[in-house]
Amino acid sequence: MKKDNSRRSFLKNISLASFSALALAGCNMKEIDEFLQKNFRVLSEKEKTDIIRSLEEKYKEKYDKEFHVSAKPAMEGVLFGYALDLSKCIGCRKCVYACSEENNQSREPQIQWIQVLQMEKEKGIDFAHSNIHYNPEKVPEEGYFYVPVQCQQCENPPCVKVCPVKATWKEPDGITVVDYNWCIGCRYCMAACPYGARHFNWGEPNVPAEEINTNMHYLGNRPRMKGVVEKCTFCIQRSREGKYPACVEICPVGARKFGNLLDPNSEIRYILENKRVLVLKQELNTQPKFYYFFGV
Amino acid sequence: MKNQNKKLSVLFLAFFTAMAIFSGCLNDNKIDQINTEMQSIQSDGKYTEIAVEQPPFSIGIFPCSDCHSLIEPNPARRELVEMHDDIDEIFHHDSENRWCLDCHDTNSRDSLKLASGKLLDFKESYKLCGQCHGNKLRDWKVGVHGKRTGNWNGEKEYLLCVHCHDPHAPKFKELMPEPPPVRQEDIH
Repeated sequence: MKKDNSRRSFLKNISLASFSALALAGCNMKEIDEFLQKNFRVLSEKEKTDIIRSLEEKYKEKYDKEFHVSAKPAMEGVLFGYALDLSKCIGCRKCVYACSEENNQSREPQIQWIQVLQMEKEKGIDFAHSNIHYNPEKVPEEGYFYVPVQCQQCENPPCVKVCPVKATWKEPDGITVVDYNWCIGCRYCMAACPYGARHFNWGEPNVPAEEINTNMHYLGNRPRMKGVVEKCTFCIQRSREGKYPACVEICPVGARKFGNLLDPNSEIRYILENKRVLVLKQELNTQPKFYYFFGV
Repeated sequence: MKNQNKKLSVLFLAFFTAMAIFSGCLNDNKIDQINTEMQSIQSDGKYTEIAVEQPPFSIGIFPCSDCHSLIEPNPARRELVEMHDDIDEIFHHDSENRWCLDCHDTNSRDSLKLASGKLLDFKESYKLCGQCHGNKLRDWKVGVHGKRTGNWNGEKEYLLCVHCHDPHAPKFKELMPEPPPVRQEDIH
């Protein structure tokens, strides 16, 4: 038999081979669908509903619980803003763990969206000499103050600009979100973020089934995959329902304030109009919607 | 802008006066459901704020009149020995110039009293605190000092000053911090 070395037969064989490899690899239709899924922003309502239903089923199978995954869009006339009172924060890290539980962050390997920086009062805000591993018996410690840092929800987000596949974007209510299915894990956004607010799933994320929060948003706290980037979303699954984010609710000193920047009667507007306010790394023109203030 | 602010503050004033007059006639069903005794510090239709908890009395200590109705009041400033000596011991709130009967009423033991002599329910203790800490009271009323929980665009819950600050020793107590994050080099 004569060997056929033509380009045509090569293409034919390779497509056959890859198809059979796909079939042999045990890929079911769902996984193929997921692989071929479009970017969240171009999905039709029907496609969103179908995807969410299949996600809910998938999670139920994995965790043996009923899940609610929302794809609720931004509310009209809402631009979220956050303020943190530096004169009150005592560095207890309760926000870090409340965030982790609310947003299903991987426990092992550990991912935390909030980092609390301890700084010396004498040096002022000085990132280079800050410490996130402080661990005394009691906080606050004499001579130190604390600066919790999480996603600053920039109006001009450098992370969004650098994403080569448009897997991350700023929503109309000002929250920068990630489509985990579309993220290719290149981590350009992590390099671009001046606040260290983005985190990469180097390993398979792991949340114990009894601790998983079943109230989810597609663009927020649904379980992530290995190889994707994640970040704070102002608890999108809570804030779009009108609730305060988990870190606001847990803070024992009431240092965390949240609301609608477009509402002149909101707490956040009162702070901006009446308190001494600063943003981190203002010189970078990222225009954070996360403000630090002095309540005293 | 300035004019607007003025208008706003007039509105606020009018509103608080109205609240003071009508407190107790609150008709919001939702609030009634949660706790009939709680009162609202702010309610303009859009925002409603309700107290989450009762004033934090030590167990078995209220009403004060249970004991005090049997005791002849002694208005002389003195060191307490048999009862409330624990409070005397921790008392650190301008202790040089103040003592029990500056805030507690000599005759109506179940009430607090303002400097004016006006009696005050324990649920409104923030007004007593506000006599000296006016700027804090102002910030607290708008939800900037202290903690708010609930809805950023709707019903909110507040805590009283005394839920976080012991009125006899108001400095916020130190806490044990949660564990620090795993060090990068310890992640495998």
